[in-house]
Amino acid sequence: MPKITYVENEGKSHTVEVDSGLTVMEGAVQNNIPGIDADCGGGMACATCHVYVKEEWFDKINKKSEGEDDMLDQAYEPNKFSRLSCQISVSNELDGLVVDLPKKQ
Amino acid sequence: MIKTDALIIGAGPTGLFTAHQLRLIGLSCEVVDNLDKIGGQCIELYPDKPIYDIPAVPECTGEELTNNLINQLKPFDIKFHLNERVDEVKKENESWFVKTNNGTSFNTPNVIIAGGVGSFEPRKFTPKECEKFEGKSIFYSIKDKNVFKNKIVSIFGGGDSALDWAVELSNNSKVNLIHRRDEFRGAQSTLNKVYELEKAGKIKLFTKYQLKSVKGNDQIDSIDIEHDNKEIQNLKSDYVLGFFGLIMQLGPIANWGLNLNKKTIEVDTEKFETNQKGIYAVGDICTYPGKLKLILSGFHEGALAARACFKLAKPDEKYRFEFTTTSSNLLKRLGKKE
Repeated sequence: MPKITYVENEGKSHTVEVDSGLTVMEGAVQNNIPGIDADCGGGMACATCHVYVKEEWFDKINKKSEGEDDMLDQAYEPNKFSRLSCQISVSNELDGLVVDLPKKQ
Repeated sequence: MIKTDALIIGAGPTGLFTAHQLRLIGLSCEVVDNLDKIGGQCIELYPDKPIYDIPAVPECTGEELTNNLINQLKPFDIKFHLNERVDEVKKENESWFVKTNNGTSFNTPNVIIAGGVGSFEPRKFTPKECEKFEGKSIFYSIKDKNVFKNKIVSIFGGGDSALDWAVELSNNSKVNLIHRRDEFRGAQSTLNKVYELEKAGKIKLFTKYQLKSVKGNDQIDSIDIEHDNKEIQNLKSDYVLGFFGLIMQLGPIANWGLNLNKKTIEVDTEKFETNQKGIYAVGDICTYPGKLKLILSGFHEGALAARACFKLAKPDEKYRFEFTTTSSNLLKRLGKKE
């Protein structure tokens, strides 16, 4: 099963196994990882599952969904590695993915 | 001071159906919501998105669901207090004293929190010093555009609000429009206007920039903005406007002495009452073992909380369970029978 690592803003790191087919957001919520709120539940209707994808992974994950950047405009301190974790689906190719969590959602 | 049998906080689907249930069993109620319209997340976040799991409604959008719920409330003339946020809830003898940010106050034995994930608030700037300028030099909405006349205004954001105000204010002010990326999400026609105004020298456009810091004492003198490549520019500014959309905050609910679990309120599953007698929580904002964040769960929770309100609102009467198909009392309340 692919392993995903979530690094909290203060540096605390959580590595969990996430089923292929789930999203990076679902992997965080199901494993009670703090720092991802996902208020809208994955509908790309809010910006509270915002993560920064590690640079070396950024081009390996699926491209941004249409409208994702519009929602990211509303996120807390977005940068060029920002993604909504509800739009990244986990697959074997993403085994080892590392995402940094923002200071707040 | 408004006296009512129950006060509902939140005009989303759960709050609306809870109001229906309260009125159906003969209790009075009023509804407060921080948004300027009825419908909660359904109308603010996904008015056009179809929902497929409302029982007996195969498919409907957030807006359609809201309109249907409003129609269902037609027999009852329910007072909505929109654009108001409940700031204070405190015990007063046997009932609750509730006050909004507009100063409206209620006296009620029952408060039902149907607040979703909290109230919608504007996303604010992140540099710490911005807070002290808020409401003076920094704004997240505009009440009186005349204050910007002949001033330098720096507008942040890439949506319709940012673009519309950039165009509007460029008539009488020097406008800087700053956005974190090259693409804008506002209407193309407005965007074209912005580009025209940029050519004419009426608007200065800065893309891939974000606010880094704000300088000034009482009023803002200038701001620093930072490019994606870390380059910093200083812009003279009298006012700074931020239009980053709305985010949901639990807000004052956190101060009412309720047992919270993350951003949700713990309730029992008989009355959906919190640890405070007479305060209930229903819909997405409540939590209990097995809680599902579905609209249909909110309807169930609201129906039960409404029955629990009866006891505190009419302590001398006995609540009797009745069906709308047969009860003449209920049919009368629904306006179906003389």
